Amino acid sequence: MSARRPLPRWADVALLPLLNLLLALIVSGIVIAIIGQNPFEAIRIMAYGAFGYGEGIGFTLHFAADFIFTGLAVAVAAHAGLFNIGAEGQAYIASLGAFFVGYFLDGTNWILVLPLAVVAAAAVGALWAFIPGYLQAKRGSHVVISTIMFNFIASAIMVYLLNYVLKPKGIQDPSTVNLLGAARLPQLRQFFSFFGYAPLNVTAIFAVLALIFCYVLIWHTKLGFAMRTMGHNPTASRYAGISNSRLIMIVMAISGALAGLVAVNEVLGVQNKIVLDFTSGYGFVGIAVALMGRNHPVGIALAAILFGALYQGGLELQFEMPAITRDMIVVIQALVIMFTGAMEGLLRPGLENAFMLYLPRQKADAVARETVGTEG
Amino acid sequence: MTNERSVPDKAQRSSGTAATTSPWAIELRKINKRFGPVWANRDIDLKVRRGTIHGIVGENGAGKSTLMSILYGFYTADSGEIFVNGQLARITDSRHALALGIGMVHQHFMLVDNFSILENVVLGAEDSPLLASSLAKARKELKRLADEYSLHVDPDAIVEDVSVGQQQRVEILKALYRGADTLILDEPTGVLTPEEADDLFRVLGVLREQGKTVILITHKLREIMAITDTVSVMRQGQMVTTMPTRETSPEQLAEAMVGRRVLLRVQKGAAHPGTPLLEVNDLVVEDDLGVTRVKGVSFSVRAGEIVGIAGVAGNGQSELLEAISGMRAPESGSVAVSGRPVSFHGDDGAARLRGARLAHVPEDRQRMGLVTQFEEWENSILGYQDDPAYGKGAILDIAAAQAEAAARMQKFDVRPANPRLRTANFSGGNQQKIVLAREMERNPDVLVVGQPTRGVDIGAIEFIHNQIVKMRDAGKAILLVSVELDEIRSLSDRILVMFDGHIVGEADPATATEGELGLMMAGIEGNAAVAATMTATEEKRP
Repeated sequence: MSARRPLPRWADVALLPLLNLLLALIVSGIVIAIIGQNPFEAIRIMAYGAFGYGEGIGFTLHFAADFIFTGLAVAVAAHAGLFNIGAEGQAYIASLGAFFVGYFLDGTNWILVLPLAVVAAAAVGALWAFIPGYLQAKRGSHVVISTIMFNFIASAIMVYLLNYVLKPKGIQDPSTVNLLGAARLPQLRQFFSFFGYAPLNVTAIFAVLALIFCYVLIWHTKLGFAMRTMGHNPTASRYAGISNSRLIMIVMAISGALAGLVAVNEVLGVQNKIVLDFTSGYGFVGIAVALMGRNHPVGIALAAILFGALYQGGLELQFEMPAITRDMIVVIQALVIMFTGAMEGLLRPGLENAFMLYLPRQKADAVARETVGTEG
Repeated sequence: MTNERSVPDKAQRSSGTAATTSPWAIELRKINKRFGPVWANRDIDLKVRRGTIHGIVGENGAGKSTLMSILYGFYTADSGEIFVNGQLARITDSRHALALGIGMVHQHFMLVDNFSILENVVLGAEDSPLLASSLAKARKELKRLADEYSLHVDPDAIVEDVSVGQQQRVEILKALYRGADTLILDEPTGVLTPEEADDLFRVLGVLREQGKTVILITHKLREIMAITDTVSVMRQGQMVTTMPTRETSPEQLAEAMVGRRVLLRVQKGAAHPGTPLLEVNDLVVEDDLGVTRVKGVSFSVRAGEIVGIAGVAGNGQSELLEAISGMRAPESGSVAVSGRPVSFHGDDGAARLRGARLAHVPEDRQRMGLVTQFEEWENSILGYQDDPAYGKGAILDIAAAQAEAAARMQKFDVRPANPRLRTANFSGGNQQKIVLAREMERNPDVLVVGQPTRGVDIGAIEFIHNQIVKMRDAGKAILLVSVELDEIRSLSDRILVMFDGHIVGEADPATATEGELGLMMAGIEGNAAVAATMTATEEKRP
């Protein structure tokens, strides 16, 4: 009875993340002030850079698409009680699928390349996540550990392939050949000049489709029902005749497939080749996005746009305020990830107490919820 | 009281005078406690005489535990006064309560399992930084208490090695060691065998003779009638009545608790058993740690009969249930439903058993039978989520599932009848009805039920028992596992007694006495009356 009452839903999904964000900005501001720059000016530059003009918005949305893929990957697994930390490696290795479809179909049309690349990247990502899933389901090694390991394995494989196998002769950079034909996915700036030179491309449509797909999957399918059952209570799912081992493998594969779509966005949408470390931490940002978005597609979309803005605004800040180096941008991004992700619960107890104290009606509702009715 | 009434059992009524003349040990006046709009306690008056055993009964949520928590200092009342031995007391934490001589024995023991009994008694009450002198003093004190209240324990035994009944004695000794004059016992017999419960009552009798005051919280009316001097009934946060136990009856108490007339005995006719629908043959089951918990059990359940498995918790019943329902693959042996053997391959055995028309109401509804975070309708399809009735193909037909859930809630009187409500927000009895409704409404051939009324109120127990009997009369085979011996005896058509992984005997509920069953449950054989009713073929001994 002495347990704290849960927060009202709006406070949980909106107020708490905003407070966390505010806290992150305050700490970032202190850091910026320490190195002798004006924090308010820095924030203004970041906000303008992210949302102030068409090209900035285009960049923000482009990053957001990546974060939607990785955020959904983490969220789908989380609904089944699995913590997929391997979106980074899954996206990285999935680039092979996207690249080879582009490579072999470079002479055709993007209309053909896009869906096939999506399928191939998703398939490779799914396979890369399926293996840790199999290891947990059948051999009892926890996915948290094995997906971390698989990030390193993916990274090592890609370094090897880019240096010794896929690199064309006569080039210094560890990267593949440029795809310059049909595998160059159309940029939205070709249709809307508003976006300037932003790399926002047709893959972003798949980000929207992925959001809808995940919503339907989680709450409107029998598979989603089984996933949520296992996620809340694995004993109950076993009682319900659900094969937990099979489900773990299926969910990990779906999660990896979503992460794999990052490869289409980056490899065929921006770089037109696989470059070393093109995932640059998007997989890990996905964890923060899923946490902040409360594993709900709408929340993930909003959180992904926020993080997209942070990335784009950071780039702009680096450009406008030379004293703020690339490393300082990483510090700011890390602070936001830390406060909204890893330390997401920091303010929760205080906020719950505040609601208890200042909203007696809230308190009354919470108690009523917990002591419903009398026995019949 | 004009003169001492002739009381058959001297030991149990020896305090007849104390019950009417001794001063008040505890007096609560106009105690109010609100949690938001809910009055957990409303204008509660309670007077407990020194040297008596005072029972408090009431359904779950009636406010008994809140009241005792206020007395023991866990909560502070919003208003009202507490008098201890006639003195106004402000009890703000349990240390205050202890200083005033109020001790509590919780339902779940608060002992350190790998400490000795002596260490547990001393824990938190050491009177010097060096343990040796405290222990030496405690050993002497423990000896004195043991002699005075005939609460004998081996002070050097490790707690996890002694029986549950002994552990409870340690809890009582802890309270006495800290100088408790008034002992509050919260549902003390829930975990005890009948013999251990009798033993506890004997100890409580001695405590009363020595002038201690006992407040006994229970939902078992039989215990109230057997041991208390005075009984108070609570309902929905209010004190309904307080009266001398001898002037009341179980029926009257039940009516006061529920607010309407309740049938305490299960109404059922004779069973008409048909063909065996569930056959278990030489089943051996291990638990998660690899310990063999079911050691070769064979029995069958026929259509139209209820077979009860009695036993003290932890003798293999849980593992037996899990194996039969497909949740745990047995090491050896077989299970057949309607004559067809069941395969235990893979980890989705529960789905195959449902396919064989065996329904399972699990022992622990919150851990197994429900996802408490789900809305009610989602739990209403749990286990049957792949049924085409809830959508053909991959998409879930939420509207159909919700409509069905709403209809079932009406039929089983689940309150509140809202399928969109989170399951955790239903009371224990209503949660159990949700599980029962789901499993019974599938119209299975075999129903396996574990602890159907654990934590369920009297009013709901009556309903649940009637539903089970109705299933039997419809020609279903029902296997009932319960640690409540009363429930086993009143519902079953045949009783199998389980001890240490074996079925040690079969008894006829019409003729077997509680004592005979209790002996079997404790693993003691050689009772002629029971042996006569045992079926040799179904008895498996090592």
